[in-house]
This record gives sequence, C-alpha cells and structure tokens, in this order.
Amino acid sequence: MSRNAENREQFRPHDHESEHFLLTTVVGSYPKPKWLNRSKELADDEASKFDAEDLEEAYDDASRVITHEHENAGLDTVVDGEMRREEMVEYFAHRIPGYEFNGPVKVWGHNYFDKPSVASEVEYDEPWLVDEFEFTTNVAEKPVKVPITGPYTLARWSFNEAYDTEADLAYDLADLVNQEVEKLVEAGARYIQIDEPALATTPDDHAIVGECLERIVDGIPEEVRIGLHVCYGDYSRIYPEINDYPIDEFDVELCNGGYEQIDVFTDPEFEPDLALGVVDVHTAEVESVEEIKENIKEGLKVVPPERLTVSPDCGVKLLPREVAYRKMENMVTAAREVEAELDAGEIDVTAPTPQAD
Amino acid sequence: MTELVATSPGLFPLPDWAKSDLSDLKGHQKDDLISGDESEAIVGVYDEAREEVVSDQLDTGLDRVVEGQLRWDDMLAHPLAVHDNVETGGIVRYYDNNNFYRDPRVTGELTFSGDVAAELESAATLAGETPLQAVLPGPYSLAELASNEHYDGETDFLAAVGDFLAAEVEAFPEHETLFLLDPSLVTDAPSDDVAELVPEAIDAVAGSTDADVVVHTYWGALDEKTYAHLMDADVEAIGFDFVAGDREQTLYNLNEYGAKDDVALGLADGQNTLVEDPETIRERVDWVNDQIQANEFDTAYLTTNTEPFYLPVNKHQEKLSALAAAADLESEVEA
Repeated sequence: MSRNAENREQFRPHDHESEHFLLTTVVGSYPKPKWLNRSKELADDEASKFDAEDLEEAYDDASRVITHEHENAGLDTVVDGEMRREEMVEYFAHRIPGYEFNGPVKVWGHNYFDKPSVASEVEYDEPWLVDEFEFTTNVAEKPVKVPITGPYTLARWSFNEAYDTEADLAYDLADLVNQEVEKLVEAGARYIQIDEPALATTPDDHAIVGECLERIVDGIPEEVRIGLHVCYGDYSRIYPEINDYPIDEFDVELCNGGYEQIDVFTDPEFEPDLALGVVDVHTAEVESVEEIKENIKEGLKVVPPERLTVSPDCGVKLLPREVAYRKMENMVTAAREVEAELDAGEIDVTAPTPQAD
Repeated sequence: MTELVATSPGLFPLPDWAKSDLSDLKGHQKDDLISGDESEAIVGVYDEAREEVVSDQLDTGLDRVVEGQLRWDDMLAHPLAVHDNVETGGIVRYYDNNNFYRDPRVTGELTFSGDVAAELESAATLAGETPLQAVLPGPYSLAELASNEHYDGETDFLAAVGDFLAAEVEAFPEHETLFLLDPSLVTDAPSDDVAELVPEAIDAVAGSTDADVVVHTYWGALDEKTYAHLMDADVEAIGFDFVAGDREQTLYNLNEYGAKDDVALGLADGQNTLVEDPETIRERVDWVNDQIQANEFDTAYLTTNTEPFYLPVNKHQEKLSALAAAADLESEVEA
C-alpha cells in the first residue's frame, strides 16, 4: 500500500509562480569537475604533498559547486551530484563491515565497478551519508534529496559468499538502511530516494524488494518523502505489484525507450506519485524544451499533475558536464511552461482513468 | 572412464590495465563501443591483452585455449553488433544481469563478416601446441538477442543467423572444439514452431567445422521439450548449468531423453567470487556421473557455468586453476 503521504507541498518553492506544481528533481549522480578527479590522483600519489585532508576539502568544494549548479538550473530539490561517491554499490560497501573488494567488473562497454564480495555477515558501523547530507543542506537553499542504494541492489550487485540466500542478505542490509534513514531524518532529511535498479534485472523478486522497503520505512514519519528509483526494465513484470510498496513516489526511466512502456502503468490505477524520466542520460544530445514538454505530458497519462515529479531518466554522471547542466535547465523550463499551460487550462489532463472492477 | 577436459566458455574479463587503457582510448558512451574498424592504438591494446589471457590459460594448464573474446563489448551479440548490415540501437539489458549491450537491429542481409575468424587467427598463433577452442553464440541466442528488421519472420531469421554463423565458422583457423553458447534456450525457450528449427540452425553451424561442437546452456535447466528438440542436433555435446540450474530437471532430461556421448558441465560459478576447491569440482563430476543411469560420457568438459567476464580477474583466474586442477585430479586417480 503506497504511503500516500501529503508530503509533496513542503518542496514547493515560496516564490513558485504557477498554481500547478510539478516537483523537479534529479536521480542523483552528476559529472565530477575534472579537477576533482585530478585531486584524487594526487591524493593517491605518495610523492605528492596533497593529502587526505586536502582531498576532503576538494570533495567539499565539488559538492558546493555542483549543489549550486543544481540550484542554478532551477531544480526544486537538489543533490550534491554524489561527488563523494565513486559508484552506487562500492560507496556503501566500503562503509559496511562484511564486504571485501577484489577488483573491477564490467557493467557495459568500458564502464566498470568494483563489485564487492560479502565475505561475512554485514553490520552497521559509522553513518554512511549523514556528513554528506549535513554539508549539502548547509550550502543549499533548496531542499536536499538523499539517494541511497537500496538493499536489494546492494545484495544483488555483490558477490554473496556468506549468506544462504540473496534475500537473507538483502533483509539484513534493509535493516542497516533503516538505521541510516533514521539518522538522516534526525539530521533533518525529508526526501529519501531508495535506488533499486537491480529490481529491473530480476523482476520476479519484487516481493523481496517489498519486504526490504517495509523494513526501511519502519518507524519513519510520514512527512519524510520516500521515493523508489528503478531503471531499464520490463515494467509489466513488476506492475501492479509496486502499488503495494510502502513508498510515496516511484521514479522510473522511460525517455530512453520513447515511452513505449508508459501504458503499463495506467491499468490498474497507479497508486504512488510518479517521478518520470523526461531526458535521456545515454545520449549527449540535449533535448529541446518543446520535446521535454511532450515527455512530461506522457506522465499525465498516468497521474494528475499534482502527483507528477519530473527528473532525468537516471543519474547523469556519464554525460559531459555542460550537457548534463543544459538537460536539467531545459527540463526545469519545460516543467514551468507545462505548469503555466495547466494553469491556463491549455492542457487536457486525461489521466488517470480509474478502472471499474 | 570419462576423459575430463578443463576449459572455459570464453568471454573473459579484460585484464585490469586493458580495462583502463581501453576506457581512455574508446570512451564510455554507446557510440564508443567496438565497431570492427578500430584504430591501431586500440588494436594494439587488444593484441597485448589477448596475448596475456592466452598465456595465462597455458600457464594454468587448461586443456583448451580460448581467444578470450575480449573485444566483445556487446557480449554474445558481438558477431552481429559489428556487422555492416546491422545498426546498433539503444542499450538493452543482457539477460537478467546488471550488464548491457547495444540492440543489434538487423536491417539487411547477414553476409560474411570474418570478424571472429580474424581474432581466432591471432589466438591460434599464440596457443601453440594446446588445442584451440572457438566460441560463438548459438544461433537461437544470437537471434533472440537481436532485432530482426529484414527477414520475413522469426523462423527465416533464425535460419539466416544459422547460415551466417556457419559461414563465419568456415573461415576459422583449425580448432579442436567449438562452444556455441546458447543460454536463451533456457531463459526464453523457443515456441513449438521455432523449437524444431533450432537443431537445423545448429546443424548448419556444426556442419561447417570438423571440430567437436558443444552447445552450452546456462541460467537454469532446459525445459523438457526444448531439450528433446536439441537432442536432434548433430553435435558432440550439450552443456548444462549445474550451479544456477535446476539440477533435478537437467538430470530428468538426461535420463528421460538420453544424452550425447560427450557433455559440458558448468560446475564452477561464473558469477560468484567464492572459489570452488578442485576436490569439490571433482565430487560434482562424480555426482553427475552417478545420477546418469544410461551411459558414461566419453568426454566431460569442465567449465564455469556462465561466461566469466562477470568476475574480477583474480577470482576468474583462480576458478580456471581450480577447473584445471580438478581435471588433473582425475588422471592422478587413474594413475
């Protein structure tokens, strides 16, 4: 059962011009400034005077720059572009006792990650993201969203040497994520996004993801917005099951596939809010505002405007930075224009049509 | 007594230095993936990497050497992804894995390419006395991985892919064994009208080589009907996944419909870093043999169940060593 929490309004900017409000956000990752990569090389180089403390400062600088870049693009909720994270599983695995690393493995083309192995039972040690959140929220004027790699993906994208089943590992990890979300909420976080791209690879495991989410939201107040991001899958295999998930928002990439699958979500009625990918993150071509407006309207086939969030398909870290920025900027412009057209009654909101049964 | 042959299904992880060098030379976007007409610098990296993985296999004591398929950015879809009459579309998921390849959209006739033969020539020179094993996708899997925008329907397309692979194989240098990797037979079992054409397409490929042909399947057990049809193919061996597969179903198929004289046994996990002991692998071989009532296999190829590119290099190498050692244990027992 979706949480159906009325927690979206807290993200509406005070000076928002339209009556309609399409919450604009990002999935999380962003291209790193070149100098940050250079800083990391220097910090690894023993001959260099550049040390770990200098690198921390570089991370702070990069987070500040990218957070502001998100704000300049006009987004309603921002992220620091995950400047401190190299990869969505590695980052967490380094912070969770029980994991070990053996070397990079291929994802696609020449994109690799240090897929870790779970060699013993996983445990919670120090907080994973509280420092990152506190820093970002201090430099941001807009509300900060916190993306966290979900337990199912952390389990599925690791080699499991220690647990009888992957589900057992995922549930243990979900309990750790719950502890982390509690700490983030204590620190002031109000928008949490659980990233579960692995669900798309093994859709038959949707019940395991559901159980993980129940564990994650256990004791988390309703004013905290909980999103779930999934990408690149056959959604007919997880819909309508996701309607039972305890989430406020389901974030999905569909731009890359030309919205071929949008109809999947129209029957039965979509329960959580929809966060829709409206720019493609795998092409360096910047979509025009007009094109993005049409993409946003695809979302209106599924949910009414007051339940539609717009974002890029996925993290944008593989794009050139300028392209990433222009995509966000056009996305926000498109959202604001659609809002104005909705206010003026120029857009026919046809969705959703509840099915009689 | 069954002869044990330690081998692999090919599609190795790139050495880490090559991962890094090729990232720099090629880039990270879908337009940067292998095209078949790569620059001299890129060819140079692949040559060096190939030399390394062949030499590693020789050092490990494997009984067959593969080229490694290091250029196969699109994994099993590679032979089509570099074809002139194929356009590469969006990136799509590779089976149920966190891996992606470019959707090969076949827009014209699948004429002879020679891409894989050229790689194999280079490997043949490096392999020396050790028998070479060629690797290709099975025609059904390759057809399933692609989008057909040229041929008239699914059955024509399957036949065309079979004929294409057959012509590629004809250009191969001498090889002892040909592994046809055909996981789609498990994951997306053919419909009735296609299932009976699968052995014909395989026969077209197998007919163009004197090598022993192994149709290797993984990510589960073949369903009964698919297996029955596959047994009609004129090949030396069928390969089974004894790690991720439903073993009872596989044994049922083998006992109910019989087996080829040879077999490939996927006994080491190509997708987990936990390294099997050679003794464990040997026990699994004996266990399989015990469960088959009708016959003892002449040859059993010991391999990882899946392609090993999912693994970090160190664990991949340890698994190859374990397979080689497991096969050697047998000869020590015999002696």
